[in-house]
Amino acid sequence: MITPPAYTDSSGTDNTGTSPLVLPGKRMVLGADRPMPLDGGGQLGPFTVAYQTYGTLNADKSNAILVCHALTGDQYVADRHPITGKPGWWEMLVGPGKPVDTDRFFVICSNVIGGCMGSTGPHDVNPATGQPYAIDFPVITIGDMVRAQTLLIDALGIDQLFCVIGGSMGGMQVLQWAVAHPERVFAAVPIATAARHSAQNIAFHEVGRQAIMADPDWRDGAYQRADTNPARGLAVARMAAHITYLSEAALHRKFGRNLQSRQAITFGFDADFQVESYLRYQGASFVDRFDANSYLYITRAMDYFDLAAEHGGQLAQAFRVNGRGTPVRFCLASFSSDWLFPTSESRAVVHALNAVAANVSFVEIETDKGHDAFLLDEPEFHQVMRGFINGCADHRGLKRRV
Amino acid sequence: MDASVIPPRTDIRGDLRRIADMVSTGARVLDVGCGDGALLDLLTREKGVDGRGMELGMDGVRACVSRGLSVIQGDADTDLKDYPSDAFDYVILSQTLQATRDPRGVLLQMLRIGRRVIVSFPNFGYWRVRLALLLTGRMPVTDRLGFQWWETPNIHFCTIADFTALCAELGGVTVERSAILDHDGRQLTSDATTWRANWSGEQGIFLLRRD
Repeated sequence: MITPPAYTDSSGTDNTGTSPLVLPGKRMVLGADRPMPLDGGGQLGPFTVAYQTYGTLNADKSNAILVCHALTGDQYVADRHPITGKPGWWEMLVGPGKPVDTDRFFVICSNVIGGCMGSTGPHDVNPATGQPYAIDFPVITIGDMVRAQTLLIDALGIDQLFCVIGGSMGGMQVLQWAVAHPERVFAAVPIATAARHSAQNIAFHEVGRQAIMADPDWRDGAYQRADTNPARGLAVARMAAHITYLSEAALHRKFGRNLQSRQAITFGFDADFQVESYLRYQGASFVDRFDANSYLYITRAMDYFDLAAEHGGQLAQAFRVNGRGTPVRFCLASFSSDWLFPTSESRAVVHALNAVAANVSFVEIETDKGHDAFLLDEPEFHQVMRGFINGCADHRGLKRRV
Repeated sequence: MDASVIPPRTDIRGDLRRIADMVSTGARVLDVGCGDGALLDLLTREKGVDGRGMELGMDGVRACVSRGLSVIQGDADTDLKDYPSDAFDYVILSQTLQATRDPRGVLLQMLRIGRRVIVSFPNFGYWRVRLALLLTGRMPVTDRLGFQWWETPNIHFCTIADFTALCAELGGVTVERSAILDHDGRQLTSDATTWRANWSGEQGIFLLRRD
């Protein structure tokens, strides 16, 4: 039994020296010897990846699970968030005795590149100019995010991940991992996701980006130099996006047409309704923890995701390895009231996997909680995850305890 | 539990056990309509098969995946076409044929996907079924066929004689083995072609091979 290499920089000092945030956790500088090529044609390096780990890597390094976070997620999957103070975003699923059992598995979660929680992104200093990148940061893709993760996994000395798991944009990364590196993934769990971003989803993202860019404080992206912050634009982007994470039924159940701290409507534009107040809160609290330019970059990465495009438009081709079906064991999950990544999107991936006779499980969970359900208390979902992961661990020959 | 009070449900186990007997060790198996995964579980544990399942009902799918089986939600009538030819050594359809919209089409798809196909189904030619219809003039409701006509998912009943006739008509299909079972899952005969098999068998199991 060994512990992973100690690259920990628990002071959290950003090696680029400009971030005002002091973030706890681990850092790794990657691409120092050779810059990492990007799908957009440029390259990145050296760059930093901030990550957290949980549990212990076993002797033959076969029990590592990579958790991929969603658009506004981060590496604090099972830690109290350093800014909001809230519990880790997937503590329901990840932890001792949880379906992703940190007593048994070595769990890694890294902030995506382009992000704003310690991994190199547009808010960091461009070594070429000495100024923050802002929108001079190269446009990155889901493929680039995964490429950066592979460098991290290399540096941790792990050849094959036992499992890659993630929801929404995290699920896109899972699919990308399985397609780009089938030999390095034993099991893949893409949740509430799609093999390509739909026109409707691109449209919603564009609304968010336009809200940010329409904020006079955005300053063509150079708000750090101007010492401003496009908080209003980012808040509106978050409000619009947040609606897409819920469902009509969930909004109705939570708020209905209930009024906020008042007996009657005011015939004005205050937040009369609870749902308005809730959305305003969601927007206002989001800007404290998220960078506006990161939001532009990461939404763009999702928009550009199209797994079949590189394979002649045939998704099944993406899952063909050396003329045969992918060896990766898949478990897909969707949620019945998710209209952002509806079940039909997961089913399209399942059909493609069936077309190469891959090993695939697929469940749709009944819930009215919309896309957000993957982050919430859904016992049936957690039970399925536990069963699949434990079943795969048995196939992989992993011991019940490290 | 006093075994003399509660009759053992040997019928279900007997059915699955006989199907399992027809599958070779380590084979690649697709179980269409796998329910809660009882057969897949048996095949995985005892035969070490590389097993997959398809099930229409989400409750069954969730139960299967929760016990570590590879199962997807899918419809035999529409989703078998997604699988490539010769992907499996065995494709199994256990107690589901009569619930499909196009039994002949489903059989052909299964024979395309797998080199061998195992089908089990309740025999509508069973004497109790025949007598029930003859004597009462009402659609038979038995232990195995426990639905009223207006609620039954079983929309394409057949007899053992009907099934063997269909296999002959399909062409290029050999019945390698068959087992005719009684009410308790005991094998009455392995010869499905006799009048007696069609009269006294409550269910039939067929192992088909694509020539």
